Amino acid sequence: MRATVATPDETTRKPPRVSSRRLTERVFRIRESGIIVVLVLFVAVTVSIQPRFASQQELHFILANTTVFALLALGQTMVVVSRNVDLSVGSVVGLSAYLSASLFGKVHGIPIVVVFLVGLAIGLAVGVANGLMVAIGRVPSLVVTLATLYIVRGIDILIVGGNEVVAQTLPNAFIQIPRAGVYGVPYLAIAVAVVVGLGAYYLRSYRSGRELYAIGSNPEAARLAGIHVGRRVFTAFTVSGAIAGVAGVLWAAQYQTVDSNAGTGYELTVIASVVVGGVAIFGGSGSAVGAAIGALLLQTINSALYVLGISPFWDQAIAGLLLLVAITLDRVISLRLSAALRRRSSGVGT
Amino acid sequence: MGADGAAGTGQSGHSGPASSSEPGSSGAGAAPPGPGSPAGPGTPRGPVQPVSQDPAGPLLSLVHAAKSFGAVHAVVDASIDIYGGEAHALVGENGAGKSTVVKMLAGVYQPDAGELLIQGRPAVLAGPAAAQAAGIAVIYQEPTLFPDLTVAENIFMGRQPLLAARRIDRRLMRTEAAALFERLGVHLDPARISRGLSIADQQIVEIAKALSLEARVIVMDEPTAALSAAEVARLFDVVRALRASGAAVLFISHRLEEVFEICQRVTVMRDGRQVLASELAGLTADDLVRAMVGREMPQRTAGERSQPGDEVLRVERLTREGVFTDISLHVRAGEIVALAGLVGSGRSEVARAIFGIDRYAAGTVTVRGKELRRASPAAAMTAGIGYVPEDRRQQGLVMDMSIQQNVALASLARLRQGGFIRSAAERAFATDWAQRLRLKYGRLTDPVSMLSGGNQQKVVLAKWLGRRPALLIVDEPTRGIDIATKADVHELLVRLAGDGVAILMISSELPEVLHMGDRILVMREGRLTAEYSQADASEEKIMSAATGQLERAG
Repeated sequence: MRATVATPDETTRKPPRVSSRRLTERVFRIRESGIIVVLVLFVAVTVSIQPRFASQQELHFILANTTVFALLALGQTMVVVSRNVDLSVGSVVGLSAYLSASLFGKVHGIPIVVVFLVGLAIGLAVGVANGLMVAIGRVPSLVVTLATLYIVRGIDILIVGGNEVVAQTLPNAFIQIPRAGVYGVPYLAIAVAVVVGLGAYYLRSYRSGRELYAIGSNPEAARLAGIHVGRRVFTAFTVSGAIAGVAGVLWAAQYQTVDSNAGTGYELTVIASVVVGGVAIFGGSGSAVGAAIGALLLQTINSALYVLGISPFWDQAIAGLLLLVAITLDRVISLRLSAALRRRSSGVGT
Repeated sequence: MGADGAAGTGQSGHSGPASSSEPGSSGAGAAPPGPGSPAGPGTPRGPVQPVSQDPAGPLLSLVHAAKSFGAVHAVVDASIDIYGGEAHALVGENGAGKSTVVKMLAGVYQPDAGELLIQGRPAVLAGPAAAQAAGIAVIYQEPTLFPDLTVAENIFMGRQPLLAARRIDRRLMRTEAAALFERLGVHLDPARISRGLSIADQQIVEIAKALSLEARVIVMDEPTAALSAAEVARLFDVVRALRASGAAVLFISHRLEEVFEICQRVTVMRDGRQVLASELAGLTADDLVRAMVGREMPQRTAGERSQPGDEVLRVERLTREGVFTDISLHVRAGEIVALAGLVGSGRSEVARAIFGIDRYAAGTVTVRGKELRRASPAAAMTAGIGYVPEDRRQQGLVMDMSIQQNVALASLARLRQGGFIRSAAERAFATDWAQRLRLKYGRLTDPVSMLSGGNQQKVVLAKWLGRRPALLIVDEPTRGIDIATKADVHELLVRLAGDGVAILMISSELPEVLHMGDRILVMREGRLTAEYSQADASEEKIMSAATGQLERAG
């Protein structure tokens, strides 16, 4: 880094436009390429120890597990990028999974689409409530969504009680949703990848998407720039809630047995995925694609440890370690970057 | 240049493109210049009439506006007319209501009384977006950019050029940003993220944004407070370019020489009222100062100087790699030592090292004969050092806490009884210091953020003075502070020195350095390059030592 940064600035006082652009671009590329490198290394090491890991079934298992988290990561990215956080997603997944899946038993022959719409509606309702309290009530999102985490989980437990939805009540077409695929790649995973890609493209190339980054980068400046901060933040929470609602239905299709514990703790895994995927926890930068890859990495580690016969305790410990590494890298990179940029922009002296 | 100012005033009757009232036009002010152009039929506004008026009328006027916050009457009766093609100075003490006026023009506040006219028509600016749409742009003292986004995105946020399907056209956005910088005659890379830009560059980005908005009125709220001389010169070139394009610039500054250099007309405010509105030609700095404060500036006379006593601070060969090298100095009781030099020469860093904020690699700091532990502000405070930092908002004050809590913050040990802070004691303590420092405030329980910059600085000073320090380090004590409060601060420092406090003062303002310093040390690129006694110091000597034109002196 040093060698390229230290261009001789005393000789040419021309502004270093090209090199400073390269510098920023390189850092942004590092953000996502770093995690891909970790992912590849992890898979390579695991396969070399336990070749069984390189099977289609394993690939299918990992991707199927990742879909729910990658979807949630998309919604969470929108929220985190605007310097907020949505802790309620795990509870929403649980409530939506139970209510939607139980419909199959209650209403005979209900179309699957309607079930998805019910899940979506549940998520929307919570998302709207979160969004209103954060955007209009000006309550910190950490508090608001912590509250809805408990409230929604409480409602879930009230409704579910000791019951559970069992696989027999679910139609085969529904159960097949996360299972159908080619060469070990579920169609659902492809669909989720497309959705995440579209989401990332929206965040990158549309005004309202960029405004979320602007809000997260400097909320006061966003207000002064005439951005409708409340409206944008509200939208982010609504989308995150809606996605969690849909993810809940997919969760039911994936795991088939739904009790009142469904989705417990998912919010933390999702936030970990997002941060490991390079989204700055204080907003302003990072992409949904990175977040989805972060989710994939965490699920891969999970499966790899299982295949290697290592205690699942290590799964959480490694996830925590990765979080620390991601946050440290984030900090180091931004410090280095601003120092480097300052050095070149000040040019002579200082 | 004075010449430029004069030329500008000569033409201040010229109408610029204001005659073409469509806001999109940015043609150069080709309208016939006329010193004797017919005085416009402008209705009388404010206590004093503007001398010359554009026949097309002002681009923007505030007429008898008032604004209160609870019991605080920030603005009582403010009027101002801003014409196209002029740079208009708004001056006044801190707390005179300038910032409130700016915020009314920016749509952040709405006046309680009076009205705002845009090209003669009454207008209500419901918010910043409305002001933007009306062609008013504000460059704040501390620019508010998005550090994670690129320079180009910062300029075009919310108005990015679009491709089909409403996608953002990044390439066009960058070329347009580059074109704006071209027009302003500055070099900035539109594709770099804005984190790490200097304040001056951040302002340029804001100005480019204003240009891209086709802003007709550009308000600059103390833009030069944190700029180096070269950056100020560049900014003034930009201001001239803006004027030439027919835009109006409202320029707010405490540096009167800058006002005379760049502006043609001036509005002076005092205690929330407009007290003077005039062309600048024919006025002197003293006239403005009189209008601002209603009294002359006090001078420190030789008689006030006290005989220095025992040595309080001794710094030996202090070094921090890449920041400062081999710094040795001493300050005696009752002595004011001024530390001069260019911004970035390492002065503040030396102060921070002495106070124990930053770790130093080598050297010693001794206070009253006792060597100080490294990197421990607590040890420095115990030894009797008070430190008033350069950035009072971030480092000197807890902005959300009340005035009285801030004043008491460094003296909690004294106000404590049985482990609790007694509110009554805190209040009495704060009241005492508020009176001594002539603090202007509503209630002591108001958050300190409600005070003007000068009064905030007094709170920081009060905080340290409450500890009765043996050594006070003040870093840019009067930056961004109006003249009257500045005089208060100077007077206070002299009085403290008279009481036997040793004072180490960092300042970038040469008049302040010359006026206040018993001894003057000059730093350049992390080294001490010169020392002068007050008698043989001069602006030229200090500048040449600071810029390296003489390698060894003193």
